Amino acid sequence: MTMKTLLAGATLALGFASGAFADAHQTKVGFVYVGPVGDGGWTYEHNQARLAVEAEFGDAVETVFVESVPEGPDAERVMSQMALGGADLIFTTSFGYMDPTINVAAKFPDVKFEHATGFKRSDNVSTYSARFYEGRAVQGHIAGQMTTSNIIGYIGSFPIPEVVRGINSAYIHAKAVNPDVEFKIVWAYTWFDPAKEAEAASVLIEQGADVILQHTDSTAPQAAAQSAGNVVTFGQASDMAEFGPFPRVSSIIDDWAPYYIARTKAVMDGTWTSTDTWDGIGAGMVGIGEISSAVPAEIKASAEALRDSLADGSYHAFTGPVNKQDGSAWLAAGETADDGTLAGMNFYVEGITGDVPQ
Amino acid sequence: MDLSSINPILLLASLMVAATPILLAAIGELIVERAGVLNLGVEGMMITGAVCGFVVAVSTGSPWLGFIGAAIGGAFLALLFGILTQYLLSNQVATGLALTLFGLGLSALIGQGYIGIKAPSFPDWHIPLLGDIPIIGPIVFQHDPMVYVGLILVAATWWFLHKTQGGLVLRAVGENHDAAHALGYKVTRIRILAIMFGGACAGLGGAYLSLVRVPQWTEGMTAGAGWIALAIVVFAGWKPWRLLLGAYLFGGMTVLQLNLQAAGLAIPVEYLSMSPYIATIVVLVIMSAGRAPRSLGRIFHASR
Repeated sequence: MTMKTLLAGATLALGFASGAFADAHQTKVGFVYVGPVGDGGWTYEHNQARLAVEAEFGDAVETVFVESVPEGPDAERVMSQMALGGADLIFTTSFGYMDPTINVAAKFPDVKFEHATGFKRSDNVSTYSARFYEGRAVQGHIAGQMTTSNIIGYIGSFPIPEVVRGINSAYIHAKAVNPDVEFKIVWAYTWFDPAKEAEAASVLIEQGADVILQHTDSTAPQAAAQSAGNVVTFGQASDMAEFGPFPRVSSIIDDWAPYYIARTKAVMDGTWTSTDTWDGIGAGMVGIGEISSAVPAEIKASAEALRDSLADGSYHAFTGPVNKQDGSAWLAAGETADDGTLAGMNFYVEGITGDVPQ
Repeated sequence: MDLSSINPILLLASLMVAATPILLAAIGELIVERAGVLNLGVEGMMITGAVCGFVVAVSTGSPWLGFIGAAIGGAFLALLFGILTQYLLSNQVATGLALTLFGLGLSALIGQGYIGIKAPSFPDWHIPLLGDIPIIGPIVFQHDPMVYVGLILVAATWWFLHKTQGGLVLRAVGENHDAAHALGYKVTRIRILAIMFGGACAGLGGAYLSLVRVPQWTEGMTAGAGWIALAIVVFAGWKPWRLLLGAYLFGGMTVLQLNLQAAGLAIPVEYLSMSPYIATIVVLVIMSAGRAPRSLGRIFHASR
C-alpha cells in the first residue's frame, strides 16, 4: 500500500461524487454485483467488463456500480436507487437478482435491464449468460485424466440449473476418459465466503479428492489445494493465474466486455430490444485459460482439440447417449440437448451419486 | 453413502481450526460486553485485522508480526468506537453498525494492492511428546500456535474475570456503572481498555482467516463470522467456557456437515447447511442462558 494508491483511491472517490453533476446527455450504465470487485473471480470479471465499457466510450458513458449486494429485497432497493439516479441501462449480474430485476423493471419501463444467467424476460429486461458448461467439459476432460485417486471434488454454490449443468458436463467428460471416476459434491450455499470455500476444499481433500472443481467465486479453494500439495484445481470465472502452473492447471474465464459494449451501444443508438443471449467458447464469452505445463502434452492437446470442436460447433457438450441419474433415457445416441432442457436442468446424469437439493 | 470416508481424527482436528477465528473474536467481545459495552462492530474489526495482519505479514515475511499488526489494527478501530461511545456518548448500537460498514470499506481500500498475493506460511506446531500420542496427538497437539493462543485466551479470561481484582472491577462496571463510579473506579477508562482488548482479539480472529485459514486477502473475506461471534457471546450467557463450547460446536458442525455432504449422506443438504446454527443455539439455550450484564449498552456519564 503506497501513499500514491491511497491518494488515487481518494481522487477516485471525489470523482464519483462530482460525477453526479455530469451533463444529462451521457448514457448512464449501472452494475449490481453480488460480491466485491476484488474477489478475483466472478465479480472481478464483470467489473473488468465495466471498465472496458468506460474505455470504449470514454466521456459518452458514465458507469456506476454497487458491490456485495445481497440477493433479495436489498437488491431491489439498489436497482431502484440506480434507476432513480438516472441510469439508462442496468446490468444485474447474479442469478438471485432475477425476480428483483423483473419487479424493478416493471416500475421503470424506460430503463433497460440486463439480467445475467436468469430466464425471466420482459419488454425492458434482457437475459444473457455464457455457456460455462462448455468450459466444464474441457475441465472434466483434463480432470478425469489428472486424478490418481479417481475422486474429483466439486464445490457447488447453489443448486440452480447453471451449476447443475456444469456438474453434469464435467462428469460426462471426466467419465469419458476415466470410467472409474467418482464425483463428491459439496454445496456451500454461498457464492462468496472464502473461509467456507477453504473449509469445503479441505474436507474434499481429506476425503480423497485430488482434483477440486469449484463453482464459487473466491480463490480460497486454490489456496487450500496449494497447501495440500498434490491437488489439481481450475480457475473459476477468472484466470486465477497466480495459482499456476500448479495447482491451477487451467481455468474458465468469463469475458463479458464485448457483450456489455454491444448492449451499451444499442442503448445509445436506440436500437436496444429485449433479447436472450447465450454464448459460449465460439463467441468468446467463455474462455479457456492457458493449460499449464503441469498437464502432460497429450492431455493438453486433446483438451485443446475438445475446446476447438466446442468453439466451431462441431461437437456439443451434451451429446447422447446420455441417461438421467435414475437410468431413464435422456439423449439418444448422437442427439444433442436442446437449450430449453439445459436452461432448466435440475437432474444429474447417470453415474453421479447423491441428489440435487430441491 | 460412505461414512467410512470420513476420518474422525481429521474431522476433530479441523474442528479446532474452524472454530478458532470465531473463538478469538468472541472472547474479545465477551470482555467488552462484561464491561457493559455493546460493540456490534466485530465484523468490521475482524476484517480490518485480517487486512492489517496480511499486509504486515507480507511486508515483513513474519506471520507473528502479522498477528501483532492485526491486533493493533483491530484495537485502533475499536478505539475509534470507544472515543465515539464513551467520550462523545454516541449510541452504541448505531456506532457499532457503522463501525462494521467502515471496517469493510477501509479494509478494501488498504487491501487493494494485496489481492492475489500469498501469505507467508505459518507452520503447524508438532508439540514434542504430546503430539506423538496416538489419536489425541493429531487431534489436539498438532495445530498452528494461534489455536492454542485462542484456548489460552479463554482460560485467561475466565481467570481474570473470576480470580482477580481487575476482573471484579470490570464486572462491577458492567453490572452497575453508577455504583462503580461512586466507588471511585474510572468507568470510562476501564471500558476503553476493554473495548481495545475486544478490538485486538477480533483483529486476531480476522488475521487467522487471512493468514492461516484461507490464507490470502480477499475483500469481504470474513463473510459474517463477526456476527456469529456476537451471537455466540449471547448464547454462551457471557461465560468464557460456554463460549468455548459454543465456538467448537459451531465449528464442528460446520466441518461435519461438509463432511457428511461429501460422503453423500441422504439428508437434504438444506438441513445440513442450517445445522451449525441450530445445534449451537439449541445446546446453549438448553444449558439455560446467562444473564446479561445490567449496564450493557447503556450510556455512562459521570454527572448523571
